[in-house]
Amino acid sequence: MSEVYGSWWWPYVMILVAGFLATECWRWIGVFASGKLREDSLLFAWVRAVATALIAGIIARLVLFPEGVLGDVPVWLRLAAVASGVVGYKLLNDRLMAGIISAEFVLIGGWAFLI
Amino acid sequence: MTSSDMDIDEGEDPSEFEGGAYWFRQGAKGAFCLPTLILMMAFVGFTSLAREVGLTLTEVLLMSLFMWALPSIVVLTGAMSAGAGLISAAIAVALSAVRLMPMTVALMPVLRDGKRTKTWHMLIVSHFVAVTAWVFAMRNLPSMPRAARLPFFAGFGSTVHFVVLCSTALSYMMLPAVEGPIAAGLVLLTPIYFMFSMYQASRTSGDKAALILGLILGPVFYHFFPGADLLLTGFVGGTVAFVGWLFATRRAEL
Repeated sequence: MSEVYGSWWWPYVMILVAGFLATECWRWIGVFASGKLREDSLLFAWVRAVATALIAGIIARLVLFPEGVLGDVPVWLRLAAVASGVVGYKLLNDRLMAGIISAEFVLIGGWAFLI
Repeated sequence: MTSSDMDIDEGEDPSEFEGGAYWFRQGAKGAFCLPTLILMMAFVGFTSLAREVGLTLTEVLLMSLFMWALPSIVVLTGAMSAGAGLISAAIAVALSAVRLMPMTVALMPVLRDGKRTKTWHMLIVSHFVAVTAWVFAMRNLPSMPRAARLPFFAGFGSTVHFVVLCSTALSYMMLPAVEGPIAAGLVLLTPIYFMFSMYQASRTSGDKAALILGLILGPVFYHFFPGADLLLTGFVGGTVAFVGWLFATRRAEL
């Protein structure tokens, strides 16, 4: 088995099967599942709500249980950064950039201060 | 360039081909915007991680090109650096990519132009479905004529894809390994950007409720049902938000 793992083509098989097929198949299933679904139907509103909640779950996971460098930052500082992002976003009339900059400012500034 | 632009300006119907080419170019122009810049930065954060675990430039570019969904790319990077087997890596990536399915289902009715849209066109443009393009499309496409939507989305998606691939290659080759607070900041960009752009793309109070419920339920389900947490968050959070919205807005009819 170790010969397989070490060979030059192994990463490409991983990328093709575990990468490409494992992600792209969901998009294809989505195309076929959408069938004759209409934009103004209730079913469509439900699917949109499910997709939205799913992405929100990913957002929470990326902030609360990150791997790597962000995981070294204490959880209270990560949450403080997100909270100040929300405050900055609301204060400046729902500006995307205001939210992002205030969150990044608190995280980078706070973490540079702590270490 | 000029003739098809003129047709649109004068309000005449352009031929189908010219109209498509025109909207494709408009989509490509639309790609030079803040979300693309943020996505580029997020990929810079990823190249830093990829170099750390020893992925080559070719591998990084192939992953970006073929997968085009940053959270799933990060999962595969983790699996490859841990020496995981093909099957377990594929399962982990597939679980992280399930969200692409409801996203695609929700986008297709917006993109489709009745019977005139061919399925293989939809299969091709579905490759561009990822949070950035999805949010952009859900916000901007509904106000466009139906015939314009698919070419516009194709132009937008392919341009963003190309620009991000170029910047990823450049940052892999030229930037020194990013460390410390800046690296943490680059990783935080993805969730922060996702959160605000999802909020802006939400059309109804039901969508907003789904976003907030997902943020709360996600960690709870992650704690109690790791592995199935994302699917559960989507179905439970989305359904509760949808039913609540339905009752709030249609009480008279029910």
